[in-house]
Amino acid sequence: MTKCLDPVILNLWHPIGAIAEAVPGGVQDTVLLEERLSFALNADGEPVVWRSRPDVQGPDRVPAADRLPARSTYGYVWTSLGSPPAELFPIPEYEEPDRRKLNAATFGVNVSAPRAIENFLDMGHFPYVHTDILGVEPHTEVKEYDVEISVDRDEILATRCRFFQPMASTASDGGADVDYVYRVPHPYCSVLYKSSPVDEARRDVIAVFLQPVDQEHVRAHMLLCVLDEDNEDKVIKRFQQTIFGQDKPILENQVPKRLPLDPRAETPIRADKSAIAYRRWLSQKGITYGVIPVAA
Amino acid sequence: MITLYDYELSGNCYKLRLLMSFLGIDYKTVPVDFYPGREHKSEWFLKLNPLGQLPVIEDDGLILRDAQAILVYLAARYDPSRSWYPLDNPALLGEVSQWLAFADGITSTSSAARLHDGLFYDFDIDAARAGAHRLFRILDEHLWFGEQQGRNWICSASHPTIADIACFPYIILSEEGGIPRQDYPAIRRWCDRVKRIKGFTVMSGVFPAGPGKIAA
Repeated sequence: MTKCLDPVILNLWHPIGAIAEAVPGGVQDTVLLEERLSFALNADGEPVVWRSRPDVQGPDRVPAADRLPARSTYGYVWTSLGSPPAELFPIPEYEEPDRRKLNAATFGVNVSAPRAIENFLDMGHFPYVHTDILGVEPHTEVKEYDVEISVDRDEILATRCRFFQPMASTASDGGADVDYVYRVPHPYCSVLYKSSPVDEARRDVIAVFLQPVDQEHVRAHMLLCVLDEDNEDKVIKRFQQTIFGQDKPILENQVPKRLPLDPRAETPIRADKSAIAYRRWLSQKGITYGVIPVAA
Repeated sequence: MITLYDYELSGNCYKLRLLMSFLGIDYKTVPVDFYPGREHKSEWFLKLNPLGQLPVIEDDGLILRDAQAILVYLAARYDPSRSWYPLDNPALLGEVSQWLAFADGITSTSSAARLHDGLFYDFDIDAARAGAHRLFRILDEHLWFGEQQGRNWICSASHPTIADIACFPYIILSEEGGIPRQDYPAIRRWCDRVKRIKGFTVMSGVFPAGPGKIAA
């Protein structure tokens, strides 16, 4: 496979690791878009990212010219192989002090990033894949919901999503109709808002940030930003890992691994409205990496 | 009550959840943040198991580590039918022990491949996958010949034993380590039989058997 030539993807910020799991001074190696990268936190706790090379063993020895753009946002180190925008997409809820903010896990998944985003957007699989947690038969209907591509914010927004969930989160004490809002503010990242069982006026935030290792492999970073005063961190993480572990074999068995953007390639149903918008949005952006573009 | 120190995505922990579900035993769970927290290497956990490995159980003051050892203990103590660990049948006990050791081999190959792909463990992935295929080939032949003789399970008995439980998780999860099972039809049929044992329970990444075929 050739390395990434897609300028849109090259110029994005991409997540490469959780700050919480970085050891100060310790160098971690990873792969982004088929390039080997190393990253570490310097003495000030700021992330330093560079293309891996044997003669550079620590963040303080990286020549300035060899450093890649780096930022620490939402608990992760982000970098770019091109010229990234000044800002990353906003998640205002992340600043709210009473939220629990955790990296549920970073998992390697044998799937393209767009396929993983589509699965994240899909409610139809809840009763079958996340049985007794995010769904249960016979409550299988995906009710009508709204999707828009916001031109101002350059993101996809799915609203008015509702689903019956037996156990929507660790803070749940029984089944409930749960409201969802989905955002796709980045071709490989999605943010989900769902009713909080502890505060009717607010929503839990769960985001998936996909690090494209290559066109058919990702590292999936899962951010939790939730309201839960009772459960230990590990209990909240375990809940989300359980969900993700159920999705994993489904994701890894999708064929073709890259997401086909031709509307005739796969047959959607009404419940797939958000996926249709997502594919159209990727096409409009001219994205070629991790997808099968529409034939010219 | 039995306490299981548990990580949801661990196939070795799943072995114990499976047996306790088959036997209908109540237990409580202490979650251990194996990943990303590496809590199995924390000071408090190393006091329970100096090897820093899951699972561990505590029962009536007894602390026991190692999935296979715990299967032996739980079945010997809590299975009144004496079928899961057939204490009264020395030849069968020998077979069970033989396949428990084989299950350890599946862990060090198939589970290692899964840890490499999913959790970024620094293992030799080609060696892990090749090792798993070698074991799967041996088990597939063993099961195929068994089917010819009317035997449905790994050991020579008319019922499953803890050897079936010990081998099952890292076989059914093998695709997460890039180890497909297309070439092992007898293993696939055996997996379906395990899934149809009364009391079977799933873990993340394992799905229940589809509806059975109605005999023509």
